[in-house]
Amino acid sequence: MELKKREKDLTVWQKLYIPEIVKGLALTFKTMLRPKVTMEYPEVKFEPPSSYRGRPVLVQEKNGVERCVACGLCSRVCPALAIEVQAAETELEKERYPQKFEINMIRCIFCGFCEEVCPEEAIVMSKDYELVFTNREEAIFGKDKLLVPVEQLKDRIEFLRKFK
Amino acid sequence: MNIAEIVIISLIKIILVVVMILGSVVFLVYFERKISAWIQYRRGPNRVGWKGILQTTADVMKLLLKEDIVPAASNKTLHTLAPIIALFVAFSTYAVIPFGPDVTIFGYHIKLMVADVNIGVLYVLALTSLGVYGITFAGWSSGSKYSLLGGIRSSAQMISYEVSMGFSIAGVLLLAQSLSPQEIVLAQSGWKWNAILQPIGFITFLVSAFAETNRLPFDLPEAEPELVGGYHTEYSSMKFAGFFLAEYANMIIASAMIVTLYFGGWQIPYIDKLGLSVTLTTLLQVGAFFLKVIFFLFFFMWVRWSIPRFRYDQLMSLGWKVMFPLSVLNIIWVACLIMFFNL
Repeated sequence: MELKKREKDLTVWQKLYIPEIVKGLALTFKTMLRPKVTMEYPEVKFEPPSSYRGRPVLVQEKNGVERCVACGLCSRVCPALAIEVQAAETELEKERYPQKFEINMIRCIFCGFCEEVCPEEAIVMSKDYELVFTNREEAIFGKDKLLVPVEQLKDRIEFLRKFK
Repeated sequence: MNIAEIVIISLIKIILVVVMILGSVVFLVYFERKISAWIQYRRGPNRVGWKGILQTTADVMKLLLKEDIVPAASNKTLHTLAPIIALFVAFSTYAVIPFGPDVTIFGYHIKLMVADVNIGVLYVLALTSLGVYGITFAGWSSGSKYSLLGGIRSSAQMISYEVSMGFSIAGVLLLAQSLSPQEIVLAQSGWKWNAILQPIGFITFLVSAFAETNRLPFDLPEAEPELVGGYHTEYSSMKFAGFFLAEYANMIIASAMIVTLYFGGWQIPYIDKLGLSVTLTTLLQVGAFFLKVIFFLFFFMWVRWSIPRFRYDQLMSLGWKVMFPLSVLNIIWVACLIMFFNL
């Protein structure tokens, strides 16, 4: 069998090893003196960019009502079957609202499909990444935990309008 | 001095050295974690104590409280013996390292080393090559294929660097005309450091020292990616800590040997011309020795994060095809130095 030649032949200087090793050492030494990028998490919080997909939330309008019209598309599209919506009528004509809206946070995979499919911009992904619970019941988020005032979600909604 | 005095002084020296090593290992683990963090733009341990200074203590507590698992398929005696061998060898090598010049305290003439052995360098070489038994026993007695492979790789690694290591030391011995570490140090007075006189020998010894301590880029017996931890896969709790301790102790001994053989040991060039008092000179010299050792310890860690791991056959070809001829060349060079410059 014919021996394969190296695609890129090394120069004599590089073959000497030691100059190249010294170069490498100099590089790592320089990095030691540079500022550290690690965040000390519990003390320093991470401020995610608007493209970040944190936990899904429901948008609450300024008058305190949710935008959701309980069409059920999010629940239909959810690959993890995490969303449960029960619709009810409102006094307004041809309007509905979710009597019950629950997301099982253990099941949610943060894919953002619900947000993408929502015709009313009612369910969006927030910047909230601090998600903890101690039992399974606590992990089911109802409307009380899901509703977030619209002012807090401006970034994400603007991002969606631009790029969705 | 009568026998009782010699025994007491030796005991004090032994205890001091052992305490010093154990203390410095604790410090080194912290030091290494910090340096590896800095090189990777991380902060390193900073939770336990001020700036994470108590991190190592926490690590030790964890290791002490862990369950000691002995695999059913293992050879129990050798399994227990292996870390002890590794530790014993690592600690006993310190006996011949000189920390400073001879001093006189309370009328006693004391050598700043545990034992001034005439054949100190041979003693170190013999003991460090015994260290591989600890690793091979550990691999073989664990009753696991991965560990066995790790142990075998370790012995194969040893034969590939040991020869060039011995040859590069031969250059030093020729110049010093002695096998005693103290006399080797004394022979390097002024700027006659062996690292300057015989750079090739220094580099071959340095590379061999890396292989000897099983540190990256030559940590082939461990090799987590392919061997799941290598020879100590089946070890847990304090037995694992034994290997850990031995590795760090080996690192210190390797640095101390590099300093003694090639960097003038405790000598500071031309310090006697400054006209300082004897006590101060001695203190400075002992300090210089430790500073030099600390520099090489730092160098070990620095290299670890700069150079990727060598492949197993690459180390063997490096040892036999590159370093062995180079170290022979070094002996010829030293012979020329002696012949033509009367060094």
